[in-house]
Amino acid sequence: MRYPPLGERGQAKLQASRVLICGCGALGSVLANTLGRAGVGHLRIVDRDFLELNNLQRQVLYDEEDVAAGIPKAIAAADKLRKINSQIDIEPLVTDVDHTNIEQLIDGVDMIVDGTDNFETRFLLNDTAVKFDIPWVYGGCIGAEGQSMTIVPGDTPCLRCLMQESPPPGTTPTCDTAGILGPIINIIASLEACEAIKILSGNRDAINRTLTVVELWDNRIRQVKLGSLKEAVDCPTCKHREFPWLAGERGSHTAILCGRNAVQLSFPERQSLSLDSLAAKLQGVGTVTQNRFLLRLAVDDYLLTIFPDGRAIIGGTEEIAEAKTIYAKYIGS
Amino acid sequence: MNILFNGEPRSVRDAITIAELLEKLALDPRRVAVEVNLDLAPRDRHGETTLKEGDQLEVVTLVGGG
Repeated sequence: MRYPPLGERGQAKLQASRVLICGCGALGSVLANTLGRAGVGHLRIVDRDFLELNNLQRQVLYDEEDVAAGIPKAIAAADKLRKINSQIDIEPLVTDVDHTNIEQLIDGVDMIVDGTDNFETRFLLNDTAVKFDIPWVYGGCIGAEGQSMTIVPGDTPCLRCLMQESPPPGTTPTCDTAGILGPIINIIASLEACEAIKILSGNRDAINRTLTVVELWDNRIRQVKLGSLKEAVDCPTCKHREFPWLAGERGSHTAILCGRNAVQLSFPERQSLSLDSLAAKLQGVGTVTQNRFLLRLAVDDYLLTIFPDGRAIIGGTEEIAEAKTIYAKYIGS
Repeated sequence: MNILFNGEPRSVRDAITIAELLEKLALDPRRVAVEVNLDLAPRDRHGETTLKEGDQLEVVTLVGGG
């Protein structure tokens, strides 16, 4: 509040703002922490995943107790944030973000910040943000490298002005192959959070209009000017208003989870699964553990985590086909 | 002529365009962004943008983790 460009007026605007934090892993937990402490009035935190011990190296909102409790990240984040700032509203949602629910998720929000770990969701966010005229901030990290870009529809270039297509699966490094260094997460998420604070506090003129590329290990930080990009590119999203990710024409319903040796399977039509009856069914198949958010089955070398919406995370493989087989074998599809 | 490609010196033919360079390197122009001297080169102009001696060119791919 004492920072003059923000002032009391800016702080009041933050208090009245609503943000969607899309993904609450490494980037997302820094975003939630920073925006929650800054006094952004309403944080809607959506994440599909639950906590594992190796998340703690970079996912700053969580601790060993959260891992032991096996609770979903969105829930753990909300619990922690309520202790940090009791004066803001926190709305945790444990679900996968896809074209079927994104319009609900953005309902009433002033902007979206990127805490996701995959390209598919980012292009979906870009489609949605441009179509519904909502600012969003892209951020991504791998190894010691990170990038961020602020997108204000109608004003700045969008993600698809920058890059027409996402890299095909298997062609870029993942958290598995390249690892991820803790500090790059904090840098990129902090850049994103500051952009959000500028936009939400009514200081759009201060936004960063470059693509920021940080190569932390090689000591290089570049601000790439986006200059004429918006005018020069015949962008399918901004110019032609084509939104294939939002229309469900692009993107699969499976995802290999970054750094997890796991595959997530989800289904276009959400189901309503009784974890209790599933637990009963699986007794004797393997080791079953359960809480009110999820059920786990350890069998052979696999760890299956099943959510009430029918979604499952199959640990122990990175092969989508193998994961589908395991799902079909134990859950049934 | 010599350019700096992703921070490393590289020799290319005079007045090569960005499109030609990407093709030579087998890089899919739809999936990379190219910056020349810290300015992003719009992909619709790669075919007409020629490089000069000493240009610093970086090929940027999106990073997807987080």
